[in-house]
Amino acid sequence: MNGRFIRLGETGRKTVRIRVDDKDVEALAGDTLLVAMLCSVDHVRQSEFGNEVRAGFCLMGACQDCWVWTAEGERLRACTTVVSEGLQIVTTQAEAQWANL
Amino acid sequence: MSRSQADVIIVGGGIMGAATAFFLRQRGRSVILLERGLVGQQASGTNFGNVRRQGRFLPQLPLANRSREIWGKLPELIQHDAEFLMSGHIRVCYRDEQADEFEIYAKEAGQYGLKLDLFRGAEMRARFPFLGPEVLAASYSEKDGHANPRLAAPAFGRAAARLGAEIVENTEIATVEKEGAEFRATSTAGRTFHAPALLVTAGAWGSLLSEQFGEPVPIAVHGPQMAVTEPTTYGIHPVVGVSSPHIEEVLYFRQVKRGNIVIGGCARGPAYPDVRRAYVLPQNTLLQFRQMHRLAPALSKLNIIRVWSGIEGYMPDDRPIMGASGNVSGLYYAFGFCGHGFQLGPGVGDTMAELIDTGATSTPLEPFDIRRFAAVATQAQQPA
Amino acid sequence: MGQPVMGQPRIIIVGAGPAGVRCAQTLLGAGISPTVIDESRRDGGQIYRRQPENFGRPYTKLYGTEAARAEDLHTTFERLRAKIDYRPNTLAWNVAEHKLHIVHEGHASALPYDALILCPGATDRLMPVKGWQYAGTYSLGASQIALKSQAVSIGRKVVFMGSGPLLYLVASQYVQAGAQVAAVLDTSKFGQRLRALPKLLARPDVLKKGAALVSSLKKAGVAVVNGIEPMEIIGTDAAGVQGVKYLDASGREQQVACDAVALGYHLRPETQLADLARCVFRFDEQTRQWLPQIDELGRSSEAGVYLAGDGVRILGADGAELAGRLAAYAALADFGHTIGASTLDDLKRQQEKMDRFRLGLVEAFPWPAAQAARLSDDTVVCRCEGITVGELRRVTRDEGACEANRAKAFSRVGMGRCQGRYCGHAAAEIIADAAGVPVEMVGRLRGQAPVKPLSIATVEEVE
Repeated sequence: MNGRFIRLGETGRKTVRIRVDDKDVEALAGDTLLVAMLCSVDHVRQSEFGNEVRAGFCLMGACQDCWVWTAEGERLRACTTVVSEGLQIVTTQAEAQWANL
Repeated sequence: MSRSQADVIIVGGGIMGAATAFFLRQRGRSVILLERGLVGQQASGTNFGNVRRQGRFLPQLPLANRSREIWGKLPELIQHDAEFLMSGHIRVCYRDEQADEFEIYAKEAGQYGLKLDLFRGAEMRARFPFLGPEVLAASYSEKDGHANPRLAAPAFGRAAARLGAEIVENTEIATVEKEGAEFRATSTAGRTFHAPALLVTAGAWGSLLSEQFGEPVPIAVHGPQMAVTEPTTYGIHPVVGVSSPHIEEVLYFRQVKRGNIVIGGCARGPAYPDVRRAYVLPQNTLLQFRQMHRLAPALSKLNIIRVWSGIEGYMPDDRPIMGASGNVSGLYYAFGFCGHGFQLGPGVGDTMAELIDTGATSTPLEPFDIRRFAAVATQAQQPA
Repeated sequence: MGQPVMGQPRIIIVGAGPAGVRCAQTLLGAGISPTVIDESRRDGGQIYRRQPENFGRPYTKLYGTEAARAEDLHTTFERLRAKIDYRPNTLAWNVAEHKLHIVHEGHASALPYDALILCPGATDRLMPVKGWQYAGTYSLGASQIALKSQAVSIGRKVVFMGSGPLLYLVASQYVQAGAQVAAVLDTSKFGQRLRALPKLLARPDVLKKGAALVSSLKKAGVAVVNGIEPMEIIGTDAAGVQGVKYLDASGREQQVACDAVALGYHLRPETQLADLARCVFRFDEQTRQWLPQIDELGRSSEAGVYLAGDGVRILGADGAELAGRLAAYAALADFGHTIGASTLDDLKRQQEKMDRFRLGLVEAFPWPAAQAARLSDDTVVCRCEGITVGELRRVTRDEGACEANRAKAFSRVGMGRCQGRYCGHAAAEIIADAAGVPVEMVGRLRGQAPVKPLSIATVEEVE
């Protein structure tokens, strides 16, 4: 696993399948989206104003650093969203045509 | 007590005052700019940031054109671009009546040198693909755009200071009087400032000063309702504004290069000039959301992260007070810009400097003459 | 489901943590059913944050020595849930004209109130360090939340850095849970804790627990270093954190390899709603921050607005529970209820002890204000906007921006999504140092709605 977070227990939970950047990711029921992502990958988005990737910061919905895009163009705050089956997340910036109908 | 002297005193350090101070210094006039707080904190610093000419009262276009030329030269003039972006500006509408009005305006504005391109239907959708399905027409001004209101007036102030203007911040003026040929402005701390010419650029507080010279004006004070989104990929270039007879539909937005989208309109909010506070009503923020679903539906995906307001002075005929006093020689005004003064700022500064320095200006100011309210003021003073 | 009763004051509590829960309990005891708004899915706040329902760890594992208190708080809430109007997953984003503006699942509504009791809690207080924008840097609170509510460690090898009682607590919890802790780097000096001892002795049980934590860490072979100064979080744009560089107490450069850093300097109250409610703030010299003013029971400067818990000043969970009760009594008294003098006296006496302890913590684990002046120009201060310390110093020195909001307007520090939560205090110290003025003169960032990002897709609920 190339994830950043390490599971220390509570692993006997139902599997939840999501996709991150078009790759399958297996999470566990009860994971937040942030934890679900970071147990498999090491970042959740690109910084807008720097070259670095970001992987959340406060985990309590205060820093707003973990807002991610879904493939449908919706915004989710990963640390306060419970992971659900079928979520599709992209960790790159929206394309320049994001506003076009 | 401290006593300062100059050719011109300017009371009010918003963009009008700061720009005038700069252009007066360019003309070799000594200037003292007096500001109660910090330069550019009030309406100049809290407005939407539109740098647009289309949609203006036609006789205001010469002033707006003059100003537009200066916006394009800011880096060489004041060593700061105030983030001016010639992004283009579109006025859009939901009804045929406004679309027709766009055509009429385009013809008339053309006579003032403002070129506007009209779009409808498929051509409009191809050109501006973010517009919602209800939008009927778009009037596009290629050379208009937007800038950063937080930076513009302070940049003018610093440039004026570099040229030798005396910028006096954190100084509240208690009284202004004329004695003989000289104006005397006295601060609440007892400092006095003296000059043969005085310019009032005190925005929403302008009438408090004009009435000290027997020229009160019926100024109304309102707060713009502003919001800004989180940053996202830069993809919407022109400033977008709705033209409608119904104020709740008059939404506008602009995306900055960093990606945030600044939103304003749909309502005016409460402003309290005495305590220098203004507020965004929560219901107005939600109203803006509703209107955004119509205007540019994709923006509904974004979050707003902050709202703010400011204190803007409005005249009942939607035109500012600008020009010489009707009563007192050496006294000049430029205030009450009705929420559309930002674009005019550099032009107002250049024009007022010319007027004060030479006694005349090439830019027509008659529609903004303070004397248009003299009859009203006289009536107000009559016993009931 | 609790419904407003005719003739009863409408009381809204924001926050279902220790303060909010005890507040609700006290109100119910007087026959008043409040509305309780909470942004989270579950009650409990942060320190007693609950794990998801399908997790199995017992309370003793989650909350250690505080297990009994946590369980009592949770079962109390379970009992009163049905008697109140409880709104979880609900953000209070604005307050105006005696209405609280909330949003739940994309629907906004306005709740009128006679009394508003704000118990929004706190977040970590951060001082930037070069490289803290790299992925793998977390707040200290985050590292605890990861473990407590998700049973994960924030990395394979974690450095805990900063100051405050949480530093040792979480590091120790990580060790017990089987995570690898590379080091605990404490900026406070041992001498500071000694000097604060008299105040810390106000709560001897807590003091004892703290000392036990430190020795358990050392027994587990974790390097515990005091009196350090953070120098840099080393990392790369693509891979994130790779190590930490610091100066030890003798001024020597040291380095620790790691893939995660938990950083924090105690806590800062979430004061945004109090600010929007136009409560008066005053500058607190000891903690060098602006706090909403309250009387001894929690009344703010605004009639009908009460403040309790870590959201007004950091007292910790026990202190928050007490404060919640006191604020409820204040509201009850203001609505004409008679409160027993002995009840109040007893609570106030307990709170005085809490306050002495709080001041002891502040002395023992101070906000490292002096670090601000030593930050390199290329250190990021505003993580949201990517603004460096150098840029902030530039607008202060070259453009005369010596006040927090002016500096924000010119530099963009504090303009990002978090609205200054994590950069505001450090920014004030940086501005004060660059301008050569006391930090109080810099003022504070003016709060604006929404308290947290609000989606443009939000629709107003039709009554």
